[in-house]
Amino acid sequence: MLKQIEGSQGIAQAVARCRPEVICAYPITPQTHIVEDLGAMVKSGSLTDCEFINVESEFAALSVAIGSSATGARSYTATASQGLLYMAEAVYNASGLGLPIVMTVGNRAIGAPINIWNDQSDSMSMRDAGWIQLFAETNQEALDLHIQAFRIAETLSIPVMVCVDGFILTHAYERMDIPQQEQVDRFLPPFVPRQVLDPADPISMGAMVGPEAFTEVRYLAHHKQMQALELIPEIAEEFKSIFGRDSGGLISNYRTDDAETIIVTLGSVIGTISEVIDTLRDQGQKIGAISLRCYRPFPKEVLREALQACQRVVVFEKCLAVGMGGIVAANVRMSIRGLNLPVYTVIGGLGGRPITRKSLAELFAKAMKDDLDETTFLDIKCDIVERELAREQAHTRSGGAAENILREVGVVDAAKTA
Amino acid sequence: MPHQQVKFYQTGTLTVGNRLLDKAQRTVQATMDRSNSLDSGHRACQGCGEALGARYAIDAAMRATDNQLIAANATGCLEVFTTPYPESAWRIPWMHSLFGNAPSVATGIAAALRVKGRQDVRVIAQGGDGGTTDIGFGALSGMFERNDDVLYICYDNQAYMNTGVQRSSATPGSARTATTMPLGAEPGAEFDKGKNVPLIAMAHGIPYVATASVDRLHDLEAKVEKAMSIRGARYIQVFVPCPLGWGSKPADTVKVARLAVESGLYPLFEAEYGELTSATKIRRKVPVADYLRLQRRFAHTLKSETQLARLQAVADNNIRRFGLIDEQGD
Repeated sequence: MLKQIEGSQGIAQAVARCRPEVICAYPITPQTHIVEDLGAMVKSGSLTDCEFINVESEFAALSVAIGSSATGARSYTATASQGLLYMAEAVYNASGLGLPIVMTVGNRAIGAPINIWNDQSDSMSMRDAGWIQLFAETNQEALDLHIQAFRIAETLSIPVMVCVDGFILTHAYERMDIPQQEQVDRFLPPFVPRQVLDPADPISMGAMVGPEAFTEVRYLAHHKQMQALELIPEIAEEFKSIFGRDSGGLISNYRTDDAETIIVTLGSVIGTISEVIDTLRDQGQKIGAISLRCYRPFPKEVLREALQACQRVVVFEKCLAVGMGGIVAANVRMSIRGLNLPVYTVIGGLGGRPITRKSLAELFAKAMKDDLDETTFLDIKCDIVERELAREQAHTRSGGAAENILREVGVVDAAKTA
Repeated sequence: MPHQQVKFYQTGTLTVGNRLLDKAQRTVQATMDRSNSLDSGHRACQGCGEALGARYAIDAAMRATDNQLIAANATGCLEVFTTPYPESAWRIPWMHSLFGNAPSVATGIAAALRVKGRQDVRVIAQGGDGGTTDIGFGALSGMFERNDDVLYICYDNQAYMNTGVQRSSATPGSARTATTMPLGAEPGAEFDKGKNVPLIAMAHGIPYVATASVDRLHDLEAKVEKAMSIRGARYIQVFVPCPLGWGSKPADTVKVARLAVESGLYPLFEAEYGELTSATKIRRKVPVADYLRLQRRFAHTLKSETQLARLQAVADNNIRRFGLIDEQGD
């Protein structure tokens, strides 16, 4: 059924059709609308056989899901940014215990300075926590990925994080195809836990494991993610056969045939990038893009194959490994090791800075001439950075960098006169 | 607990002989069909008060629920000494997740049982004082405030024992721990710090709060049984001496626990919906020095009149506040 609704509402409706049994909610922008909608469904009785729990922190949100999943209930929660960091210990714990929880992350920057807008630093901080990470390009895909996420999680008994760009997707009103309950039921069978807390068959979960077995346990976690590389495309195929849509899988290609320059990215920015590519293609440039729909496990082989015929790779990412550069780029470099391809890292969209077609067109033009630094910060205002560095050089007590820069760009004056 | 007039005590202890009680009132441990939820072979130290308390508490909960019980456990001694993989001393469905989230995990277990229509299966969460009064406190308060159907049992040995005896917010004033050494002008832990979690639990207005001690296990069993007859959030804090951390003799665990109660330092009471409903009377009041003398963590206090006086004042204040001694005497 086609509906013009907010991305968060679409995600909530998809989650509801997955028949979740326990939903834990703690408010953090920009994921709030998702759990609000689910809460209303439970309260009104339109979503039955489901416990909706308002908890006191994100740490509790995921911990409650750990308890309910271990007791055999299909469990869901959502978070973002600081919330994901606050529950970090439980994020690792859920995957270590092999609990197939599904969690939405409404991607948002991490402070300080506090910032509520979109980038992907939050999900990236948990990239090695043992969760499968799927990134949505559009709201339709965000919706579809949640349905696939439960299936993937429960097949492998590991948790899945569905990463959805905050505001850009979560708060955008778009036309979405909301699947029928009957279709979802056909695709997603009831949850059969691999192990469950049950007085009829008592087990101990979460025992202490020493050096004699810890490596094997960790290896198995890795092995399961390698299995996921096979499973995720299969599940995407099956999804297509029931729902008639191409969603999910490991990567998606956009006009990469014969492309000499390939942009690798993840999330919603592929929309803007595709438009720029269309323009450049019209001008006869051989350029295309690849979107990583699955970041963990990292689709090394598939990506290598997709990149091996091109001449250069530009990795566009909304996150930063401080002191290193690109996070995604490091993974991309690993997957094309030995191919002797230049890989340019572009960091853009941090803390919600708009990624414009104009900036991208200029960037790609330079990239196609191999006229890019190894790491580029898109649209960075170098003069402001220089002046702050000079202030720090001149005064020991130069004040907070963030506040100084806000003053410099005029935000402080604007607020005074407002 | 239901009281029966009895005249015979075990010599010197004021403990009622189990055989003198009605069958229905005898300890769960006296029955052949007890669940042995925390089985033998675990790795607790000799004289561990926590192992003793947990065994009685969980077996009592098992009897009260007809063996339909699931437990969530915080990280700590109890978790470590019972489940060194691939061994487990638990004969009940049991889960350990993290140090600070046992109340939340229990909430999740209870929610799953509710949604699956298994309300016959009940949920316990348990942890030490560090996991309860410090790192798990936010989660505990959340579980209380939502009135989730969970009995939380805190085994209170007044410090972080698993990590090597560091101060917690349950450590009493003057006590030596690895982070409150008996040095300087005010040796040991500072006075007037720390928190009283049973009173904080009462302030949440939850259906049942109780304190208990391993010197009167029958009372502990009765409190657990009572807690399991109630739905909603419940809290029991059990005083469990730690020979290793306290520098007491393993053989003195029960004696130390008894002196804590009989001196007034550890008041035993019950509360329902925020109201105090009962307090265990002290039968023979003892000076706090009798209790302190058995533990090396308090050795310095016996040489300090000021510290001794302050500890005695804490006990006397408890006696006044909770009415632990009848005006007319016993």
